[in-house]
Amino acid sequence: MNTFRIGGVHPHDNKTYSAHQPITECPLPQKAIIPLVQHIGAPAQPVVEKGQKVKVGELLAKAGGFVSANIHSPFSGTITKIDSTVDAWGLRMPAVFMDVEGDEWLETIDRTPNIVREFNLEPKEIIDRISDAGIVGLGGACFPTHVKLMPPPGKKAEVLIVNGVECEPYLTCDHQLMLEHGEEIMVGIKLLMRALNIQKTIIGIEKNKPDAIGHMQNLASKTLGVEVRPLKLKYPQGGEKQLIDSCIGRQVPSGALPIEVGAVVDNVATIYSVYEAVQKRKPLISRVMTVTGKSLAKPGNYLVRFGTPLSQVVELAGGVPEDTGKIIGGGPMMGRAMNNIDMPANKRTSGLLFLPEAESRRVEPENCIRCGKCVSACPMGLEPYLLSKQAELQMWEEMEQHDVMDCIDCGCCLFTCPSHRPLLDYIRMGKAQVGGIIRARQAAQKK
Amino acid sequence: MDLILIALLVLGITGLVAALLLYLIAQKFKVEEDPRIDLVQEVLPGANCGGCGFAGCRALAEACVKATSLDGLLCPVGGAPTMEKVGAILGMEAVAADPKVAVVRCNGSCEARPRTSLYDGVRSCRIQHNLYVGETDCPFGCLGCGDCVAACQFGALSMDPKTGLPVVDEEKCTACGKCVKACPRNIIELRKKGPKGRRMVVECVNKDKGAVARKACLNACIGCGKCQKECNFDAITVENNLAYIDFEKCRLCRKCEAACPTGAIHAINFPPRPAAKPAEATAKPAEAAKPAEAQAQPSETTKIQLEKKEEQA
Repeated sequence: MNTFRIGGVHPHDNKTYSAHQPITECPLPQKAIIPLVQHIGAPAQPVVEKGQKVKVGELLAKAGGFVSANIHSPFSGTITKIDSTVDAWGLRMPAVFMDVEGDEWLETIDRTPNIVREFNLEPKEIIDRISDAGIVGLGGACFPTHVKLMPPPGKKAEVLIVNGVECEPYLTCDHQLMLEHGEEIMVGIKLLMRALNIQKTIIGIEKNKPDAIGHMQNLASKTLGVEVRPLKLKYPQGGEKQLIDSCIGRQVPSGALPIEVGAVVDNVATIYSVYEAVQKRKPLISRVMTVTGKSLAKPGNYLVRFGTPLSQVVELAGGVPEDTGKIIGGGPMMGRAMNNIDMPANKRTSGLLFLPEAESRRVEPENCIRCGKCVSACPMGLEPYLLSKQAELQMWEEMEQHDVMDCIDCGCCLFTCPSHRPLLDYIRMGKAQVGGIIRARQAAQKK
Repeated sequence: MDLILIALLVLGITGLVAALLLYLIAQKFKVEEDPRIDLVQEVLPGANCGGCGFAGCRALAEACVKATSLDGLLCPVGGAPTMEKVGAILGMEAVAADPKVAVVRCNGSCEARPRTSLYDGVRSCRIQHNLYVGETDCPFGCLGCGDCVAACQFGALSMDPKTGLPVVDEEKCTACGKCVKACPRNIIELRKKGPKGRRMVVECVNKDKGAVARKACLNACIGCGKCQKECNFDAITVENNLAYIDFEKCRLCRKCEAACPTGAIHAINFPPRPAAKPAEATAKPAEAAKPAEAQAQPSETTKIQLEKKEEQA
């Protein structure tokens, strides 16, 4: 069984709380706030006005650039205002506010449960439909999918790698999606293979999900060119570059994109939404998210439309447990503690994790003992102890020389450090600084 | 015996040749350095803080010697006396520069700005700023981890445990600007010290709309523009819901302070204001003695007026 070669750690997966909980639809809210920044890149530009009535699936905001994505209305109702709202970390972002009235969908959207398997579309048409539907990578980074499907000139995709790893502890939404919508995902894979004009697809799934592996293998045996590859457990296998190494044994060079080694990586949830967009003409207006935690009454996987306040989803899962010390948006490794749960669900919210007070406090850091554990754990082959010290001393140039921009924020260094040093905190801060310096330099060169 | 002589001769001649070579090369590549650079450097404080905008004291000394006038060259640490000494060495007139001082433009004390979350990460403002809004709801205000205190070489900054905000010791502050760079939220500004150290400052950098800013912090500037109307010298501009006092134009009349409904404008180092109505002063002696503090806590009526105004808006 394969896995990636460099680094990695083995956190307890804690998936039992929400695993195999059927996907439950979250009821519609009365008022919704739809953020205009739900992806990496430029914010979307609103195309609706105050007082306008919209149906489900209507375009609310247009992509604000090449790397940006459309945003559609997840509800039917009246736009009350276009203003700013606070995100999970208290920072302001532009958003469309609306009053939800009924549930009236655009006529073009196919809402029947039938699976549409046949298609007769040119690659260009498929990519256009994906781009129109505002699909972004639902694995966490929210990179617009259509950008990935248009390799730069001179580069050719050879293999599609489907990310069904879900290496992040606690999260089970992708697992459940594969079990419930495996067939749709297979159609989505065929669509992407057609769009990229490739003949080979590998689905990577970690072996702690044997039922998903079995189910997908069963489906893949009926599809030409698709292969399921069970992978050894190791975090962060769901990282793009790690997954490429695990599945096809190629290593993406520092600073390069996966297309450099001929690979395109997409998450199963993204592929499911590709299916919905192309075959059912349904834009990306909802996603499956995991709400979980040790003391939560009803942990599970919930289908939420974007704009639903997260507090409503929490209500559905049994309310905030009393012993909660921290609420984390996403999983425990990559996720960040949130400072309010009234924020609306969006393309980025893959999970909500309630950590009890006892588990959520950080341990007082001690001195670095130069054991080198962080170096062997880093999946990108960096030296976290050095980078964190450089960030502490504000040595930005040295950080850039030591490839801080390759850091994927996976948190392996912090997880493995026996002295509980806040390595990732410093590295992330340094990365933001160095990123700013690099952008400023590029802007100066353009002039 | 011969052996010793030969050895001495060989070594002696080698030494002489080498000395000659070194002398010739030294003559050939001699760098003419103005002796005045050393003199100027001796006068400078030698803190190498970079506050002057040069790489260190030596670099400033070189720049002074090269320059034709001392205009624009200032050692913020030594201030005017040092520059006068430099001027005396170089035979130039020291341009009188107004001394500056670091000013903390946030008055979101623990009472005014309630804490809405608890941050248990690294005690660094920069890291906290990258992560989220901070422990309070104000995305512009002081984070209170003391990056500025750590950056100050002169011990002029300290955290006030009562308010959770940094305090500048004006005696020690040299206006080198290290704290300005260290603050990730650009709260600290170098402002003119003013006559007798008196100056007017808007102690807020919140650019949110009035209602939002006020919800996060009682002392926030709500951008109402009252101060702008009150000012006779066009010193106040309100941009992005935030007032700013231009210290070049401000004539220290203190009208804006009285006009501010939230107490965001502070008069620093002024003597206590003489009570306008003696009757009121006797009734509330504490308010007369501490006008700044009294202003910071707006009365119930101003609060209501403010809310009404926001509703109308």
